[in-house]
Amino acid sequence: MADLSPLWLTMQLAGTTTFFLLLLGTPLAWWLATTKSRVRPVVEALTALPIVLPPTVIGFYFLILLSPTSPIGRFWVETTGETLTFSFTGLVIASMFYSLPFMVQPLQSAFQAIGRAPLEAAATLRASPLDAFFTVAAPLAGRGFLTATVLSFAHTIGEFGVVLMVGGNIPGKTKVISIAIYEHVETLRYTEAHQLAGGLLAFSFIVLLAVYALNRRIPVHVG
Amino acid sequence: MSAKSLKLSANISFDGHDIEFDEVISLSGITALFGPSGSGKSTLLRVIAGLEKGGDVEVTYNGDVWASTVKGIFLPPHKRPVGMVFQDDRLFPHLTVAGNLTYANKRSPAVDNPITLDQVISALDLSALLDKRPLTLSGGEKQRVALGRTLLTQPKLLLLDEPMSALDIRRKAELLPFLEKVPSQFDLPAIFVSHAIDEVARLADEVILLSPIGHVSTRGPIPEIFDTEEMHDFTGRFEAGTFLEVMVTGQNHEFQITSLDFEGETLRMPMVTSLDIGDRIRLRIRARDVAIGTRYPEGISIRNAIAGTISEIKPEPKAAFAEVILKVGNQSLRARITRQAVSELGLKTGQPAFALIKSVSFDRRVMISALD
Repeated sequence: MADLSPLWLTMQLAGTTTFFLLLLGTPLAWWLATTKSRVRPVVEALTALPIVLPPTVIGFYFLILLSPTSPIGRFWVETTGETLTFSFTGLVIASMFYSLPFMVQPLQSAFQAIGRAPLEAAATLRASPLDAFFTVAAPLAGRGFLTATVLSFAHTIGEFGVVLMVGGNIPGKTKVISIAIYEHVETLRYTEAHQLAGGLLAFSFIVLLAVYALNRRIPVHVG
Repeated sequence: MSAKSLKLSANISFDGHDIEFDEVISLSGITALFGPSGSGKSTLLRVIAGLEKGGDVEVTYNGDVWASTVKGIFLPPHKRPVGMVFQDDRLFPHLTVAGNLTYANKRSPAVDNPITLDQVISALDLSALLDKRPLTLSGGEKQRVALGRTLLTQPKLLLLDEPMSALDIRRKAELLPFLEKVPSQFDLPAIFVSHAIDEVARLADEVILLSPIGHVSTRGPIPEIFDTEEMHDFTGRFEAGTFLEVMVTGQNHEFQITSLDFEGETLRMPMVTSLDIGDRIRLRIRARDVAIGTRYPEGISIRNAIAGTISEIKPEPKAAFAEVILKVGNQSLRARITRQAVSELGLKTGQPAFALIKSVSFDRRVMISALD
């Protein structure tokens, strides 16, 4: 039987990454959807970069950015005593960038589809902008949130190149499922590779199926 | 208590021209901002609500500055005590009708004698709709909910942004009575934006007429405003007419006729059952529905022949028509007849004449009951 700790670690990484991406991606998507600023296309392009760049390129730059010789990496070592590279935290940071477009783009489209009208109405009903966001925009963008969360989670599970570059292959710490499978295949342990790969396939399918079925059963009222 | 007023100055570029508006709007009754599409009247309403940020504006409500570009003051929309009904209903689709009403109720400020949920539900006849989703409502029902929802914010001023323009004639007729009674029932001043003359005539106490490029061309109380050149330029001579103030004197159930006293003369119109004897009402009579006779007519189906004196004859240049103004007591009637008729009948200023009004020409839609 294959060691299941990579599976558990993968879930932790995807869960943590998705959670922080929700916190970071929601305001960013909101800003992109509502701003009239001229820097918007620049930010949009930056956000979309991970879609076109090979994961190795992202991984390479994050390896440099997070290494103890860079200001960020050094600061982290000085404050926590641990390195960012080859650590779970480093993986989360790199994964967040890697999955950023999958969080931001569905949310941005959802917010844009809602438009200004409902929020203006909320404002005339004495709701502050933050209040209006949580009570009107967020519920109306429910489908967008669902899509963004599922895509970010699934995309983080599927990552390989970035993780390998930034995290390496440390069991229990950075050895996620895709890397474990790769290792099993490299060492010709196909049975274990099958167990992990098949398990991941089944899990991903069940999650997606559940989400789409739920989305159909409880349609979010928009428009 | 002194009369409340709203001072609105706005210099905003809109739709390729600059709106220039600088007026004091008295906060009693319903004031209509009336003008063609694109004149920027909705934008002015949005400036009052705080939904427009651009341009050079000043909004002062009873001495409280809500916005002033010069002083750098901008009170955000959710802190302004206005209730707004939009052209599109803007109900929250993820909440039921009850949820929409509660949304406003929960956020309303504490005031003396607040408007309660029960009052709103009964005034706007919403009890059957409470559990429904907005998407399942008709256009008129949606606007009723929207109006009720905004009342629950305990506003001090209602802003109605073409609330009927998205509705067909039947839905409009359903909604109109509610729009008519709500401001007075809850003692709320309202500013009403419209480009439909019948809505303005029926609802408004005062009219501010905007030109197509967003300048104030004239303003004044109804009915006087409808006699001005500026108004005729806008509505066209075809729609030109006068308002008469009359009193209900009788209801004939056999013939289904309501009799009215107009400066001592009797007018008759198809019966309006909701009227009571003694009610003072306003009628609008279009000039094109009035004919002129030099003698009292006989053997003719028209029942309304009003004796008066011709006070003015205005030929329309390069057209077949002329407008004849007939003074009856303290009020006037307009008749739009051909210049040929003026000439052949030998009509002259100062001459007595009869105005012949077809009963059916009374425009029920613009009738306002209980002026006093």
